[in-house]
Amino acid sequence: MDRSMRCLLLAGALTSILIVLLIGLFILLQGWPALRQVGLGPLLMGRVWRPQKGQFGLLPMIVGSMLVVLGATILGVPLAVACAVFLAEVAPMPVRNVVRPAVELLAGIPSVVYGLFGLVVLVPLVRHIPVPGNSGFGLAAASAVLAVMILPTITNVAENAILAVPQDYREGSLALGATHWQTIVGVTLPAAHSGLVAAIVLGVGRALGETMAMIMVIGNSVILPRPLNGNPLTLALSQARTLTGNIAVEISYATGLHESALFATGLVLFVLIMIVNAGAHALMRGGQHERSG
Amino acid sequence: MHRLWVFVFLAVAAAVAACSSPAQPIQAPTTSVRGAEGLTGRVTVAGSTTVQPLAEKLAEAFMAEHPRVKIDVQGGGSSVGVKSAGRGMVDVGTVSREIEDSEKQEYPDLKVFRIALDGIAIITNSGVSVDGLSKEQVRDIFAGKITNWRQVGGADRAIVVVAREEGSGTRAAFEEMVMGPDNPITGGAVLQPSNGAVRTAVMGTPDSIGFLSFGYLDQSVKALKVDGVEPTGASAASGRYPIVRPLNMLTRGEPTGTVKSWLDWILGPEGQQLVVKEGYIAVK
Amino acid sequence: MSEVANMAGRLALPERTGAPSNLARRRLVQSIAIGLLWLSGLVVIVALMAVVGYVILQGARVINLEFLLTPPRGGLSGEGGISTTVVTTLYLVVLTIGIATPIGVGTAIYLVEYADERRGQRGIVPLLVDAARFGVETLAGVPSIIFGLFGYALFVSALRFGFSLLSASLAGACLVLPVIIRVSEEALRAVPRSLREGSLALGATQWQTVWGAVLPVALPGIITGVVLSVGRVVGETAVFYVTLGGSHYLPTSLLSGGRTMALHVYYLAMDTRAFDKAMGTGAILVLAIILINAVTNYLSRRLTTRMRG
Repeated sequence: MDRSMRCLLLAGALTSILIVLLIGLFILLQGWPALRQVGLGPLLMGRVWRPQKGQFGLLPMIVGSMLVVLGATILGVPLAVACAVFLAEVAPMPVRNVVRPAVELLAGIPSVVYGLFGLVVLVPLVRHIPVPGNSGFGLAAASAVLAVMILPTITNVAENAILAVPQDYREGSLALGATHWQTIVGVTLPAAHSGLVAAIVLGVGRALGETMAMIMVIGNSVILPRPLNGNPLTLALSQARTLTGNIAVEISYATGLHESALFATGLVLFVLIMIVNAGAHALMRGGQHERSG
Repeated sequence: MHRLWVFVFLAVAAAVAACSSPAQPIQAPTTSVRGAEGLTGRVTVAGSTTVQPLAEKLAEAFMAEHPRVKIDVQGGGSSVGVKSAGRGMVDVGTVSREIEDSEKQEYPDLKVFRIALDGIAIITNSGVSVDGLSKEQVRDIFAGKITNWRQVGGADRAIVVVAREEGSGTRAAFEEMVMGPDNPITGGAVLQPSNGAVRTAVMGTPDSIGFLSFGYLDQSVKALKVDGVEPTGASAASGRYPIVRPLNMLTRGEPTGTVKSWLDWILGPEGQQLVVKEGYIAVK
Repeated sequence: MSEVANMAGRLALPERTGAPSNLARRRLVQSIAIGLLWLSGLVVIVALMAVVGYVILQGARVINLEFLLTPPRGGLSGEGGISTTVVTTLYLVVLTIGIATPIGVGTAIYLVEYADERRGQRGIVPLLVDAARFGVETLAGVPSIIFGLFGYALFVSALRFGFSLLSASLAGACLVLPVIIRVSEEALRAVPRSLREGSLALGATQWQTVWGAVLPVALPGIITGVVLSVGRVVGETAVFYVTLGGSHYLPTSLLSGGRTMALHVYYLAMDTRAFDKAMGTGAILVLAIILINAVTNYLSRRLTTRMRG
């Protein structure tokens, strides 16, 4: 009985590996024709995506994804970290008991509801900005929606990281005469720095992977995002398309090389996320060297 | 306390499950013109969002006569129709354009049935003052060569172009009939995945322009005259309206059984009557 | 403590450098900073209320018993209710969790109870175990659309299941597997060693120990993971968008397609003008998530009191 249960459980564990392998294999196999026929260079740097004419340039989507995630990071990360600090260090218990569940609730809301809110409220709001060519759909609305979506993820993990800093650190700093705020900035946050980086990376990863909400508000134009007039800030009003949106919108009808190109898009997305993760690991390790020296 | 709420939720869900049933069509007399009583089976349909509302009406009417048949209509775009039918993932694929040679090559078993004709309207937001455009003006606007409404007699406002993504049959037909092979639709157009989404976008975006299947026209958007011709079923049927395309249903191989009965019904007098009633043009 | 000395050095406190006290200035900076922190908390609450409040308020107008019990009419009109979508969501949850839980919990049990003893040994099994760990870590970071792509390629196309509950639940199971494994692993590791050792000392076999002593104690934690996954399935759109199809009818078999509530919100928003119904469906979704959150919180509180008790 014992042996059979052990074998059964091993089989279960192996199924997990099997799934990972299958996913990797399938996507690689399906994407390979595009990689070979179109070539990695033209795929990544090509500026035109017109599958019907056989043009498969992913650059507009890569830039679109990166810009919208950048926008979400700029809008969301400071707020999220500030909120984490607020919850961990400043908020009194009754306030904490209100804000914390609120953040957890935000984390669970389905992305399609965020997309709906963006479509019905944010897009018309952005449309009011009087720049010719502003349709409301675009990077601004999408970044705003994305920022709200990644906020709870970052806040949760960051808060845990800050709470994990040993109390001795804080007490030592205060004993030396620093104010609470000085302690937070000079002692607690640096000590929690690897957890903070992990939180931000998690948020960025989630942002890169978001699909449905993006399709609903970003405009899905296959153009390289560009400022709408002379003012470079109007880049935020440009329509765009994300790598994820590219896949979701076209997969159900793509055939042949086009279908393969979409799998290649998936690979690019995956690699992008791995780069972000690796960069974060490097940052964290760098921080550790600094401290142990 | 929380456990109680879980049970309440489950109980409500169970009640919903017990009570819900697919839409019950009105009970029409069971003797149909062809006497094909007792038909059963499930037919899956996917493809063009242009054909979708028509297909649903055709399905409902057919299911009213044959209550044990279930016809399931989905959208996705014309290219989904080709691919799904070609690969046998659905019984009937719908497209709002002609089948391309490359598609005939990829799916040699595909059988095409033209069930109706449909016009493509040029729509604008209700706030746009322009009432009509020439076909060349339409082409230049969608190509991004004309960018301001004042260039075509309207207010001094930038034009926002709304279009469909590439898998759309409506877009393909529009490109073939209006744009021509050398004028791609501008990359800066806002792309929507269905006719309905285009209508919603144009309705809500001031100064916008888009193209839409006749079957989706309603009060929420303004339909322009093209070359002086109003976009109506009559003008399309008579051939005066310049942008008309076929609506096709595809099967993999010759249709049999319930699928065949449905297709025959659609191409027969009852089906075609319904086509006209819904604002499309019958195939005679 | 040298850590703190380093950091205090960076703070350059005047008390150490002998300069006149700048306590008043530092206090001012602190007040401003803390004020900003309160502001951030406020902004987060406002953002939450804006999104959730708007959806629920707008949605509440259309929600009544009829809305819940009539099926959607489909097509352009957006008429009808959401009954079939609710049931489809339930079917999908049951199927997905049914597939993922045995595999996930089994994997976690193996990794915690059986694999550790082989650590450092050579041979194929430890290698596989390391591979499994790495696999789970990677899976957790994969965006959901990739699971959808995989599900479409393998289940819908290659295996010819088509747009169906089967394809969707298999793809969904892959999606939630890492969550279940992770949470179950944590729950199992939280069980004190003494429990296992006591059971073994009494003569039980390893499996008997796991089944009779460890699992019951870890159960609330495992269930928390399952409930979390339920929340994930209910809210997920991208995966099911490409594997379930968009039919508004009730699925009659494993090979039928359908529409979950989340997908219904998407179709309503994009194809029809029935934004009110979309809000209504969205509101039901949000309420469902609130419920699931409450259940998760209750379970994890029970877990921690159990551990202390």
